[in-house]
Amino acid sequence: MAFVQSLKCRECHKTYPIEALHVCEFCFGPLEVAYDYEGIAASISREKIASGPNTIWRYADLLPVDGTDYVSLGVGFTPLVKARTLGDELGLPNLWLKNDTVNPTGSFKDRVVSVALSKARELGLKVAACASTGNLANSVAAHAAWAGMESYVFIPANLEKAKIITTSIFGGNVIAIEGNYDDVNRLCAELASEEPTWAFVNVNVRAYYSEGSKTLAYEVAEQLGWKAPDHVIVPVGSGSQLTKIHKGFNELYKVGLLDEEPHVRISGAQAEGCSPVATAFASGQDYVRPVKPNTIAKSLAIGNPADGFYALEVVRKSGGSFGSVTDEEIIEGMGLLARTEGIFAETAGGVTIATLVKLAKEGVVRPEETVVAYITGNGLKTVEALEDSQGPTYVIKPTLEAFAEVYESKRSNQ
Amino acid sequence: MSIVRVPTQLRSLTGGLAELDVDGSTVGEILGKIDAQFPGLGERIFDEHGALRRFVNVFLADEDVRFLEGLETPVKEGQVLSIVPAVAGGTD
Repeated sequence: MAFVQSLKCRECHKTYPIEALHVCEFCFGPLEVAYDYEGIAASISREKIASGPNTIWRYADLLPVDGTDYVSLGVGFTPLVKARTLGDELGLPNLWLKNDTVNPTGSFKDRVVSVALSKARELGLKVAACASTGNLANSVAAHAAWAGMESYVFIPANLEKAKIITTSIFGGNVIAIEGNYDDVNRLCAELASEEPTWAFVNVNVRAYYSEGSKTLAYEVAEQLGWKAPDHVIVPVGSGSQLTKIHKGFNELYKVGLLDEEPHVRISGAQAEGCSPVATAFASGQDYVRPVKPNTIAKSLAIGNPADGFYALEVVRKSGGSFGSVTDEEIIEGMGLLARTEGIFAETAGGVTIATLVKLAKEGVVRPEETVVAYITGNGLKTVEALEDSQGPTYVIKPTLEAFAEVYESKRSNQ
Repeated sequence: MSIVRVPTQLRSLTGGLAELDVDGSTVGEILGKIDAQFPGLGERIFDEHGALRRFVNVFLADEDVRFLEGLETPVKEGQVLSIVPAVAGGTD
């Protein structure tokens, strides 16, 4: 819509035109979209949103894209489910799960890609590209296929096989890099300088791209009956999603969609094998010291998270906390979520649930709070992580006697 | 002689040059020399305490110098030094 004013440096506030720019030329700070909130407030209403599409584009007034010719496979407006069994187990009677495993390519990345490529098309960029740990690769390749754009996705070569297959099927170019995600990211940052006509969704059009994550807040508030929750648990890779969820709740109040000013406590979840932001939080530092990732939660394996500093700031100011969990706890978390709520999440979801368990035990997440845990990716993408821990309960011969035997033993053990 | 790769955001200061050949034995010395050669470049990459700005990453032979010895990191003949603005990946 027409409510975007400019790009603005988050650090020094210098403004830039609406182009494929992501870094302040002067201080290298990140550029963000600046909106005319008064104009949005005058245009937007709960009724207008309710009559919009069942996708993220129902919130078009709050997103940085002109017109209505969106690149979208039908993204967003995913279920917010009341987690009764898991809530009982954790002593949290008001626990909800935002189930983003059911997006078109199985992760919340569809939200940011739909915004990024819609904007890319508007800016006349012809090639879709990204640096990815897998979920983003899936989504960019799929949306580019739908939009008829050429695509180049760059991934670490050691990625889960499922994520490589579910990207290459869309027919774009999949470039596997011999290195970790931070190497891929660095290469793409350099390439973006050389290929200014490409839309690297999480590099040169990042300012627009990251705005897509705000819809994770909008939807939750709308689904709770236009109320903000008290506490949210968000997985942290780059930290961008966490900061944008925070921004999303605040914007809803700013444009008059929430009656009360939200005070959402925001807690971050990281894997112990890659927990630079959680570590900075625990040690009271402002500086996020980069690490070399080593975790099964590959979608969160970002050792040098550029939004880490901001995520840290948001969590501290909101009165939230950070948790980090081991690979074993991640697998237990995936099992717990599946067993209690019927949701199969990828390893990042295991990180979120295991962190929720930890923070509930520590009393950081409190029983009287309305709590939302963000489940951002589908478990089918990371089945490799479960190969050693999952399998058939019994293997038997095809006879009634054989089944009677295991059934009896099962019953007698109950 | 080492090669310094310059990102687009700084090329207005280097007369459009994307690569510079610079002599120097440490990362700090090399970056200091390009600041002398192209005035204004230094204040873009260093903060007021002379440390690398938060959003500036410098890679020596593809390794973040923050993992090495920072500005003190020794540079060998022919190694490539890249100045790269920080961009978060997007969790996935």
